[in-house]
Amino acid sequence: MIPLSHYLVVSAILFAIGSAGVFLRKNLITILLSVEIMLNAVNLSFVAFGRSAGTTDGQIITFFVMTVAAAEAAVGLALVIALFRNRESLNPDAFTSLKW
Amino acid sequence: MPESLLFYVLSGLAVGASALVIGQRNPMYSVLLLIVSFAALAGLYIGLDAPFVAMAQMIIYAGAIMVLFLFVVMLLNAPQEDAAEWDRTHPLRRPGIARVGIVLALLFVAELGWALAKVVSLGSPVGGQGDGAVIGSVREMGRVLFTQYSFAFEATSILILVAMVGAVVLARREGDA
Repeated sequence: MIPLSHYLVVSAILFAIGSAGVFLRKNLITILLSVEIMLNAVNLSFVAFGRSAGTTDGQIITFFVMTVAAAEAAVGLALVIALFRNRESLNPDAFTSLKW
Repeated sequence: MPESLLFYVLSGLAVGASALVIGQRNPMYSVLLLIVSFAALAGLYIGLDAPFVAMAQMIIYAGAIMVLFLFVVMLLNAPQEDAAEWDRTHPLRRPGIARVGIVLALLFVAELGWALAKVVSLGSPVGGQGDGAVIGSVREMGRVLFTQYSFAFEATSILILVAMVGAVVLARREGDA
């Protein structure tokens, strides 16, 4: 049997990788992918906690997270397409119209 | 111990593939590697007595969301990342404000490790509590989803509707009426 802490460590590593991707990468699509990695890391700890508590709730919450991830991907990619149409670039540094 | 070996192989695969997603310059490879990471996570879910979540992970994430990403990467013809000159240098030699971000990130990792080390009950093995066949069954999940979480379920449908309308409006060309 694997201890709960092992699952949580894997989840923490995945979340750290995802947040590093958001901060380090200069490509809007890769940034969205990093957000997906973070959501999946949280899903893993939800399911692990739910299993260790002996309830189904962890898995239910995972479904809601998946739904939010799907909505976020749809709207985010629509924004990426609209931005690319305006600026011909995926670099977030190209979108500085609101910068003071 | 085939079970724990499987856990370490799958979690290593998930972490390695996710790290490579961040390391790639080509978004095409990033999307494909992320599918590998999601498949490994689905295997971990099966180990946690959650086979339905594992299937949903493969069908919704790898099947639907990642295909959407692939479509966009191909549609935009996936320009290579045009990194600034300072971006290619070593992370520790970056100017000013970027260093604050690195310090904050290290602080975050240290906090995570601290929190994980503090909780005592985490050493207990997962899987001893309750009957795994009941917890993971679709019958039990459906019962909980449509009774205890029925409001959240209905709210989710509105969220999807709003996201759909928003995506159509945002991606529409100007002047298409």
